[in-house]
Amino acid sequence: MTEIPNMVPVIPEIFVAVIGMALLMLGVFQKAADDATEVKTAHLVSRLGMISLVLTMMLVATVAGSTFNTFSGMFVSDPFAVYFKILILFASALTLAISHNYMENQGIARFEYTVLVIFATLGMMIMISASNLMSLYLGLEMQSLSLYVIATFNRDDERSTEAGLKYFVLGAVASGMLLYGSSLVYGFSGTTDFQMLGNMFDGDHAPDASLGLIVGIVFILAGLSFKVSAVPFHMWTPDVYEGAPTPVTAFFSVGPKIAAIALFIRVMVGPFGDLVQHWQQIIVLISVASMLLGAFAAINQTNIKRMMAYSSIGHVGYALIGLVVANEAGVRGIMIYMAVYLFMNIGAFACILTMRRAGRMVEKISDLSGLSKTHPMVAAALAIFMFSMAGIPPLAGFFSKLYIFFAAVESGFFALAIIGVLSSVVGAFYYLRIIKVVYFDPPDETLDTPIDRNLGYVIFGTALIVVLFFAFPGIIIDGASAAAAAMFTK
Amino acid sequence: MITTAVFLPLIAAIIAGAMAFTNTGDDKAKKARLDMMAQYVTCGGLLLSAIFAIVIFKDVALGGNAQTVQLFSWIESGSLNISWALRVDSLTAVMMIVVTVVSAMVHVYSIGYMSHDPDVPRFMAYLSLFTFFMLMLVTADNLVQMFFGWEGVGLSSYLLIGFWYNKPSANAAAIKAFVVNRVGDFGFALGIFTVFMMFDSVNLDEIFTAVPMKANDTISVFGGQFHGLTVACLLLFVGAMGKSAQLGLHTWLPDAMEGPTPVSALIHAATMVTAGVFMVARLSPLFEYSEVALSVVTIVGGSTAIFAATIACTQTDIKRVIAYSTCSQLGYMFFACGVSAYSAGIFHLMTHGFFKALLFLGAGSVIHAMSDEQDMRKMGGIRKMIPVTYALMWVGSLALAGIWPFAGFYSKDIILEAAWGAHTLTGGYAFWMGILAAFLTAFYSWRVILMTFHGESRADERVLAHVHESPKVMLVPLIVLAAGALFAGYIGYESFVGQKGVEFWGSAILVLDSHQALEAAHHAPFWVKYLPLGVGVAGIGLAYVLYMWKPAIPALIVDQIRPLYTFVHNKWYFDEAYDFLFVKPAFYIGRNLWKTGDGALIDGLGPDGLSAVTLNLAKRVARLQSGYLYHYVFAMLGGIIVLITMYMLLGG
Repeated sequence: MTEIPNMVPVIPEIFVAVIGMALLMLGVFQKAADDATEVKTAHLVSRLGMISLVLTMMLVATVAGSTFNTFSGMFVSDPFAVYFKILILFASALTLAISHNYMENQGIARFEYTVLVIFATLGMMIMISASNLMSLYLGLEMQSLSLYVIATFNRDDERSTEAGLKYFVLGAVASGMLLYGSSLVYGFSGTTDFQMLGNMFDGDHAPDASLGLIVGIVFILAGLSFKVSAVPFHMWTPDVYEGAPTPVTAFFSVGPKIAAIALFIRVMVGPFGDLVQHWQQIIVLISVASMLLGAFAAINQTNIKRMMAYSSIGHVGYALIGLVVANEAGVRGIMIYMAVYLFMNIGAFACILTMRRAGRMVEKISDLSGLSKTHPMVAAALAIFMFSMAGIPPLAGFFSKLYIFFAAVESGFFALAIIGVLSSVVGAFYYLRIIKVVYFDPPDETLDTPIDRNLGYVIFGTALIVVLFFAFPGIIIDGASAAAAAMFTK
Repeated sequence: MITTAVFLPLIAAIIAGAMAFTNTGDDKAKKARLDMMAQYVTCGGLLLSAIFAIVIFKDVALGGNAQTVQLFSWIESGSLNISWALRVDSLTAVMMIVVTVVSAMVHVYSIGYMSHDPDVPRFMAYLSLFTFFMLMLVTADNLVQMFFGWEGVGLSSYLLIGFWYNKPSANAAAIKAFVVNRVGDFGFALGIFTVFMMFDSVNLDEIFTAVPMKANDTISVFGGQFHGLTVACLLLFVGAMGKSAQLGLHTWLPDAMEGPTPVSALIHAATMVTAGVFMVARLSPLFEYSEVALSVVTIVGGSTAIFAATIACTQTDIKRVIAYSTCSQLGYMFFACGVSAYSAGIFHLMTHGFFKALLFLGAGSVIHAMSDEQDMRKMGGIRKMIPVTYALMWVGSLALAGIWPFAGFYSKDIILEAAWGAHTLTGGYAFWMGILAAFLTAFYSWRVILMTFHGESRADERVLAHVHESPKVMLVPLIVLAAGALFAGYIGYESFVGQKGVEFWGSAILVLDSHQALEAAHHAPFWVKYLPLGVGVAGIGLAYVLYMWKPAIPALIVDQIRPLYTFVHNKWYFDEAYDFLFVKPAFYIGRNLWKTGDGALIDGLGPDGLSAVTLNLAKRVARLQSGYLYHYVFAMLGGIIVLITMYMLLGG
């Protein structure tokens, strides 16, 4: 006799799923022959999607504070999950806000976009709450499949389709690795449940982990590294970021990345937390390689989206330092880092989205020249984001790096912290170059004015968060502290 | 009222400074209005300040009502307690009068002198700012506050010497003044540290009360034991030497004449350069307990007096002659202090302030008339064209040469008599040097007058056609100063150094019973009393013979003593020696550190090398991104192989 699982913790996910399907229906039945109505429908769906994402955020907040295990331990809702879900929902909502105008201009304003973003969001929420290798895979694939499609959303554009295809093929390889790893773990341990895996390696049993199991873990780790685009599983990132429609790139750089980082922490610190000395060296290698590659490879880029791709690789490298440390301070550092990263990145991409010349999007770094003359406010905001990414105090990016490096130094990972600081010095070069181009290079052709109102709001809001973080750090830090603490209490 | 008197110049400086930042563009009328406003504000502030200073003098010095105004606490750290306080006793009151009156006159004079300058508000702001710092210096209640004023006047002096910053020579002179003063200020700072180490306080009152108890203490310097007060006083005196341009640290003063002439009159003659004398007098309770320090002061003062006087005889730039004369007169003041006749030193400081400012402003008037010509060889025969200036220069020169009844007669005489009256070896040295210098002083003063105003004109005709008397706004300050040069000595004599002296100075100056040079001075024999006047007249006479009646002789004399003349004319080769000893090596070391140390080594290995390596790496890394799917998959699989291998080798 199977009992009915506790549905309360899953209410947000159920809500998102229902909304996704409802919006799909709405779009399908509203669909009319001419373009104008299609755009109108897309607009309506996008608006509704944004509203429901905000509502979901409230629903998520209602289950905050305590830990629930449900669906036979497949699904867990704890402060850690709540924190990351709220970040994800922010990412999705902001993405929808900056997307619509772009889609309309590119002639690809279709309601499916919103629906896909919402399903991807659902997948990410499940990923974050997964407490079993099965539900992990379920959420991951749901997210990935939606993302493959929106990467090719501009299907008449060669680069967009190429990006989608590459993402799909490489994603499939990564999924394969993940699955292979999962099967190894299951084969050597007899369970896929995180709780039971955790108990198995508890305390004295840690050295007992067999080689096969560790190889399984390494494969899982590789699959997850692909999702966060950490070196050497990053190769898809620049190509996909460049080819995908810009709002999609913005979404890629935050939503899935944050979800995958959450999953990374969940898996490594949760069931395999006691095996830390087995996988720590591997994460160190990945982290260092990501930081260095992110710093060096970005220097030569001329396309700003490609540059942002390498920048995001570098940021993941920094965040992974927190995972190497693998204690409460480290996890808290990652969580603060991802929150700040979310707002800086969305803001920066919103600025990129304003780069339009004679109605067409431009994305060369040199196209930004003279931005300070034509769009002084956007230029100032872009400068804020770049300074923040480079880690200049007193902007938010400085503090997020500070918490990470602090955690590393406290636990004795001096080399890692030093490499991090040095590579952020190299990284500062290309961030500051953007500012130089914006403020000091003579403009060759001016960019279009005025900018879309939604973009303006997003830029203003995110810039405000980045600037004022040092004054009111409590909101993010308190949440992160509570969530990180939940991860380490068993 | 004391507070108002001190801070009025600061307020004026801020207002005028703000005007200097106002951009008027090409609007001439607006600029003229702004200039006039700046002039009114600063001159008004200074005149008011001068009136207050006179009232304060009456109350404090004549009424015997010394007081200290506490403003607020500045530093409190452990046993170090420093507050902003204005200490006004007779000494300060005298200084305040000299500073504010001369400064007010210079301000007014500047209205005329600087009328064609594009930066009037800035100039007036600097002048007022200087005056504020100078007042801060003389009213200081502790050594640190004095140091604040001391550095402040140094800063203003730097700004004003380099006022015409488009002139490379002005910039060089400004830097030189600043750097040379740094040497002195370093000594001053070390002196303050030593005092604090000995007394655990920098407040003057506390130090002065504690001096008798510490009179025989020794301190350890570089391992040796030395008399503490001597060390402190000598260090402090190094500071005084720097600011007052005494032998060794004098080289900046002649170069400082690159600044506008009113600046030379105010800062480099009447006020700032006398700060050293003031400091020694102010710290008389310290110096009194160190015979060695007093001897050093006497010798340095006497040597400077004669040394600078010889150079002044050979210079041809009218302002430089007066500059060296200032240097020489400061020497007089110092050796007066050195023989414990502080009041005589301050007396000469005051009278000198008036007549030297008069001479400078008079020279400025001549320069103004001669279309900015400063070389005396290109002047001459202009006394009919600028009679008022001519007359005023006579007054100033007579005072400087110490001719009765002009101010200089009284003050210089008492100094020389005190030096004689000290009955010490050093006092005797200073006395004879002083007499010799007095002779030379009279000689070069009349050399200036005769070369400038008499004889055939050596200027070209275009300049001569423009020679004109200065406007009233420039002449009135001159007349006020001339009145000071005429009467200050006679009026002040009794109070400053005469029978009323003890009552007048109160506790501002301390002289031990064993040092009664001043008392002895009043009983000096006839020849001592009248020798200075005699040599003064002789000097004037010689100047008339050489430059008026037999103008061929100077050249003959120069030919006879060519090596000596060259040596003196080149200012005893001080600049060259310093250049060789300090400047060149410093430049050499600096250039080496810059070119090889910083440029080749640090830049090459550091920023430049690193950035080259970075760019190179960036290119290689970017090439990895081929765009082919199978490359990417290969990288992923290769990655996982590396990771697993690494785990097996390390982690397992």
